[in-house]
Amino acid sequence: MTYLAPKRHAGVYRYDEIDRQFLNERVAEYRGQVARRLSGALTEDEFKPLRLMNGLYLQLHAYMLRIAIPYGALATHQLRGLARIGRRWDKSYGHFTTRQNLQFHWIRLEDTPEIMAELAAIDMHAIQTSGNCIRNVTTDQFAGAAPDEVVDPRVYAEILRQWSTIHPEFTYLPRKFKIAITGSANDRAAIRVHDVGLLAKRNEAGEIGFAVYVGGGLGRTPYLGAKVSDWVGEQDLIAYLEAILRVYNQFGRRDNLYKARIKILVHQGGKQKFIDNVEAEFARIRGPKYRLDPAIVEAIERNFAPPPFEELPPFSEAFDRAKREDAAFAVWARNSVRDHRAPGYASVTISLKPIGGVTGDITSDQMDIVADLADRYSFGEVRVTHEQNLVLAHVRQDDLFDLWKALDAAGLGTPNAGLITDLITCPGLDYCSLANARSIPIGQEIQKRFADQQRQHDIGDLKIKMSGCINACGHHHLGAIGILGVDKKGEEFYQITLGGNAELDGAIGDIVGAALPPDEAVDAVESIVDLYLERRQPGERFLDTLARIGMGPFKEKLYGAA
Amino acid sequence: MELKAITANRLRDGAVVWLGPQGDWVERVELAAAFDDVAAKAALADAERSVTANVVVGVYAFEVEVVDGATKPLRQRERIRAQGPSIRTDVGKQADALDRAA
Repeated sequence: MTYLAPKRHAGVYRYDEIDRQFLNERVAEYRGQVARRLSGALTEDEFKPLRLMNGLYLQLHAYMLRIAIPYGALATHQLRGLARIGRRWDKSYGHFTTRQNLQFHWIRLEDTPEIMAELAAIDMHAIQTSGNCIRNVTTDQFAGAAPDEVVDPRVYAEILRQWSTIHPEFTYLPRKFKIAITGSANDRAAIRVHDVGLLAKRNEAGEIGFAVYVGGGLGRTPYLGAKVSDWVGEQDLIAYLEAILRVYNQFGRRDNLYKARIKILVHQGGKQKFIDNVEAEFARIRGPKYRLDPAIVEAIERNFAPPPFEELPPFSEAFDRAKREDAAFAVWARNSVRDHRAPGYASVTISLKPIGGVTGDITSDQMDIVADLADRYSFGEVRVTHEQNLVLAHVRQDDLFDLWKALDAAGLGTPNAGLITDLITCPGLDYCSLANARSIPIGQEIQKRFADQQRQHDIGDLKIKMSGCINACGHHHLGAIGILGVDKKGEEFYQITLGGNAELDGAIGDIVGAALPPDEAVDAVESIVDLYLERRQPGERFLDTLARIGMGPFKEKLYGAA
Repeated sequence: MELKAITANRLRDGAVVWLGPQGDWVERVELAAAFDDVAAKAALADAERSVTANVVVGVYAFEVEVVDGATKPLRQRERIRAQGPSIRTDVGKQADALDRAA
């Protein structure tokens, strides 16, 4: 494959020769591993950890390849590359996940060396998308564009990517390890439900530092991360994280899979004890070796320099006129367009949640169309959100109407971003070998119930999140309404939780009652929403009403008086 | 009497396959052999030889019934493996069936 370079102004890290050499060597190594597996020189027990280190799982229907999209940022040539892979080696569609990655679900083992080579040609890979290592670092999809941003989190996400990639000491941790970072006090990266969550901020002197949360996570034992430090200076970031990982590597439980995540060490082993251990290790290793060199930070910052914005007035007459003249555009704009820090620009969310469609899925043709539109309207760059949508971060307001027409023509103009039908679902039992129940069909039924645009707007901010098993890839614990699929003697049932919230002051949802069969679960969601609309006071979101009236009325509505 | 079939994924491409009556691996669940509990244990041991021979991976037994001579899974998980995702019929083995009918 011929190497392809990103467009000049795309906000992605540019690989250097060392990066490319490493990746090509890794592809060659993997090619040899696959050849030895197919010849029988390696057994499945020997090969499985090797394929997992390269993001290749075996799922219900075939192999699944999970491709890393570092902090969700894609240059358009990379998105086109993914489209090509989908066409040639999968079934012309992919699935964006809650970790800002892309999964192909119909991969053949014998094709994977070529796929890895194709990925390497566009500075991509699938390394560390599985296994007990540090996974893809995730961040705010509006990084570098949001008016409320204090620090651009992509710079530090990239530093952490480089630090954590094939880090020899952290390749065999007790369990997987996920890091999220935000640079805004309005957390859009759900940092408190990650093993480490970083809030980048500035002190009064303008210096950059980080509040560090540790021990967040969902799954069988959900916890919000505990703040272990309110300020770690920029130069100490790597040393401090190294200390956290070392303490986890030493004291994390390897004897019990269900107690192996760092959240158990922090919350059940004692928060202060954990902090003391981290601080002791930090004090021991702090010094030149681990100091984050400002020159390195500066070099990485250059990859994320603002694109050459035009000097524009903050108000776009063309945008305003289009909204007045086209009601459908106005509805889309209300939900999909958000303010940008540069006057005359906006950020656009492309919903991958068509009513009755498959959450997070996108066809190869649609990938190509989004790439073309990003080249035309957003400096050759696309973002993936943890809510399974895409974002064009830097669009001129004057161009929004033309962009919308093109998106709508491609089936990408669903005007539901941020509304109740913009729900998260994991692939569930339709694809995943771990799942107990399907998630996507339940999500589709819920979408159909709430398809009416006016009703969606009337309901307002109410996030539904759904997982097909307790591993919680669909973040059900964080849904204002959460739905967990369970298996009861081979049949699907759904447990409902209320009150989850992924923001900085977040909460884990509480179970309302016994699990319900599929049709009753969808009815239950509608009943919950109806009760909220009936009982809410002016200005209240669903979570506000729930906090005021408590779980009781909802429980009674679903299960009758006790 | 509880019946079981034996399933696995083919090594080279990951395709779902079932142990057939002749001891071969078949691509459609209807053609899978159904075993009683004792025979299933023996069949599972036989099937493990295909793992050693690097033909398939992840062999296991699951519950089935036989209706009009066709083997059918009893549980939702195995029904989905046998057909494909329930949310799109254009992919998976259900799509192969459509192709053949066309």
